[in-house]
Amino acid sequence: MFGDYSLSDLGAIFAMQGFAGLILFSVYVLMALGLAIIFGQMGVINMAHGEFMILGAYVTWMTSNFFQSYLPSLFAGYFFIAMILAFLASGALGMLVEWALIRHLYKRPLDTLLATWGLSLILQQAYRSIFGAREVGVELPQWMLGSKQVTDTIEIPINGMFVMALTVLITLAVSYVLFWSRWGRQVRAVVQNRVMAGAVGINTEKVDRYTFGLGCGIAGIAGSAFTMIGSTGPTSGQLYIVDTFLVVVFGGAASLFGTIASAFSISQAQSTMEFFMSGSMAKVLTLLAIVAILMVRPQGLFALKVRK
Amino acid sequence: MESPRFLSRTDLLGLAVLALLLVVILPLSLDVFRLNLVAKYLTYAFVALGLVLCWGFGGILSLGQGVFFGLGGYCMAMYLKLEASSVENTKIQSTPGIPDFMDWNQITHIPWFWQPFHSLTLTVIAILVVPAVFAFLIGAAMFKRRVGGVYFAIITQAIAAIMTILIIGQQGYTGGINGITDLRTLKGWDIRPDHAKVVLYFVEVAFLFGCILLALFVRHSKLGRILVAMREKEDRVRFSGYSVANFKIFAFCLAAMFAAVGGAMFTLNVGFMSPSFVGIVPSIEMVIYTAVGGRLSIFGAVYGALLVNFAKTSLSESFPQLWLFGLGALFIAVVLIFPNGLAGIWRDYVQPLFAKLLDRRKPGPGHNGGTLGPVADGAPAE
Repeated sequence: MFGDYSLSDLGAIFAMQGFAGLILFSVYVLMALGLAIIFGQMGVINMAHGEFMILGAYVTWMTSNFFQSYLPSLFAGYFFIAMILAFLASGALGMLVEWALIRHLYKRPLDTLLATWGLSLILQQAYRSIFGAREVGVELPQWMLGSKQVTDTIEIPINGMFVMALTVLITLAVSYVLFWSRWGRQVRAVVQNRVMAGAVGINTEKVDRYTFGLGCGIAGIAGSAFTMIGSTGPTSGQLYIVDTFLVVVFGGAASLFGTIASAFSISQAQSTMEFFMSGSMAKVLTLLAIVAILMVRPQGLFALKVRK
Repeated sequence: MESPRFLSRTDLLGLAVLALLLVVILPLSLDVFRLNLVAKYLTYAFVALGLVLCWGFGGILSLGQGVFFGLGGYCMAMYLKLEASSVENTKIQSTPGIPDFMDWNQITHIPWFWQPFHSLTLTVIAILVVPAVFAFLIGAAMFKRRVGGVYFAIITQAIAAIMTILIIGQQGYTGGINGITDLRTLKGWDIRPDHAKVVLYFVEVAFLFGCILLALFVRHSKLGRILVAMREKEDRVRFSGYSVANFKIFAFCLAAMFAAVGGAMFTLNVGFMSPSFVGIVPSIEMVIYTAVGGRLSIFGAVYGALLVNFAKTSLSESFPQLWLFGLGALFIAVVLIFPNGLAGIWRDYVQPLFAKLLDRRKPGPGHNGGTLGPVADGAPAE
C-alpha cells in the first residue's frame, strides 16, 4: 500500500492527512466534550446531542446572514458573536429539555436513550420545516479563507487552524469550569453522591439543569465550528452521534482527558486510513477496531477506578 | 393442558384473538396490496417479539436488531438472487449467470460467501445460524465481561452503523445502497403474483405463531423466570449460582434468530432487501414497536409492530411532515406516560372495565370475540 509513494511524498501525505485528522479531531472533541459532561458526569444518554449541535450551526448561519445584510462592516467578526449565540440557544434548549424530559428519567438511563431519540426526530423535522431540507453553508469572512504554505508540499487551511485553536480554548475553559470552579465542584459532588450533596446544601436540581445546559451549549459551539468546515442539513447531527458516543465510551466515560485522547486516536486513524482506501472501509475498520477494543476493555482507555 | 404453567387461560385467549385477527379478519377485509403491507408489518413483529424476550424480560436493550433482521433478509435475498440470475435470465450481461449488480461492478465470478446460497437447505440453515453465531460472538464478548445496559446499547448501535457502511461500501458483493432487488422465484415458484403473496402471508403468520409459542414457552419456563430475576437483581442471581452471562447470551441469540426469521420473511414478502432496513434508524424503530406494545407483553409486540407501522404508512401517505413529529412524540410518550405500552393500558384501564361489566351483568363466556386490543400478559410488572 505504500509502494507507489516516495518517502517525502509519504511524509507530506501523513502531514496533510494528519492535519485533516486534526480538524476532524477538533469537531469530535467539541462534540464529545458536551457529551462527556452529560453522559460521563450525569449518566444521561443524550441521543439528541447531534441536534443540539445542528441548532448551533443554524444559529451561526442565521447570524452570518444577518451580518451580511445589515452589518457588512462588522462581518469579519461575526463568528464570535455567532458562537456566543449558538452557545446560549443550545444551552437554553438543553435546560428546557432537562426540565421537561430528562429530570423524570435519571433513574432509567435506557429510557432517556429512547426519549432523547424521539426528541432528536422531532428536532430534525422541525429544522426541516423551518430551514428546508437542503443543506446550508456559511459564508466565511475573508481572513478565514485560504491556507498557509508550510513547505512546498504541505499547506494548512486557515479555517482549520482557527477551529483547532477554538477547540483548545474551549477544552481549557471546560476543564477550568469543571475542575477548579465552585460550580464544577458542586457538579462533581452531585454526580458522586446526590443525597449527600443535597444534604450539605447544594441545590441538586439546579445543578443538574445547568450541567445539562452546559453540555448542550458546548454542542452548540461545536455546531458553530462545524459550519466553517462543512455544510449543515437537518440530519447532519445524526451522522455524528454514534461516532461521538464511541469517542466518549472509548475514552472512558467519566474522564475528560480520556475523551480527548480517544478523539485524537480515532480521528487520526480514520483520516490516515482514508487516504489509502475508500472512505467507507476506513470508517468500518476504525469503528470495528473501537468495538473490538471496547469488548476487551469495556471501561475504555482511561477509566476512573471506582469501587462498585 | 397437562402443564398448567405453559399457556395459561389468558394466553390461550390472547392466541385465539390474535389468530382471529390475523387469519380471519385481516385476510377477509383487506385486498392483496394491503394484506401484503400487513405481511411487511408482521415481519417487524418477529423482531419486536425477540426484543420482548431480551429487553423486556432480560433487561438487555439491543439497538442492533436491524443487523440480525438484515442478516436473515440478506441470506434469503442471496438465495433468491442467485436463482433469478440464471444464465438465460442474464444473457445480456457481459458475464451471464451472476447477479446483475456484480456485473455492473466488473465482478466476473460469484464470490465464495455467495456459494452456499445456491442451495435452499443451506440458505435456511444460514438464516438461523449466521445471526445466532454473530449474536453469540457479540454476546459472549460483552456479557462475559459484565458489560451491559447502556454500554451494550451503544456498542450494538455502533455495530448496526458498521454493518450499513459495510453493505453500502462493498457494492459489488452486496448490491450497495440499492440492496438486492429484482427477486423472482423460490425453487421455481414465482413469489411475485397476488396468489403467491397471499400464500406467503399465511406462511408468515404460521411462523409468527411458532415464534409466539416459543416465546410463551420461554417466559413460563424456569429460564424466563431467571431472566426476569436477572433484570431485577443481577447479583443475586449470580450469587445463587447461575451463570448470568450464559442466560443473557441465550436471550440475545434467540432474539437475533427471531429477527432473522422476520428478515427472511421480509425479503420474501416485499421482494427485495436493502441496507435501509439494517442501520441505526430502523434498529431503534424496532425498539419502539416493542415499547409501544408493552415491553413485557408477548402479544403486545405483535400489536405494537402492526399499529406503529400502520400509523407510519397512513401518516406518511397523507402528512409526510407530521410523521417524524408523531414518531418522536411516540418515543417520548411511551417512556414518560405509559412505560408498559398498550399492554399496560389494557391491563390498567380496559381489563378492570371489562371486569366491572362482567361482574354486573354476568353474561355467558366468549363475549370477547370482537375486541382487537392486546390481551395483557399475566406477567408481573415491577
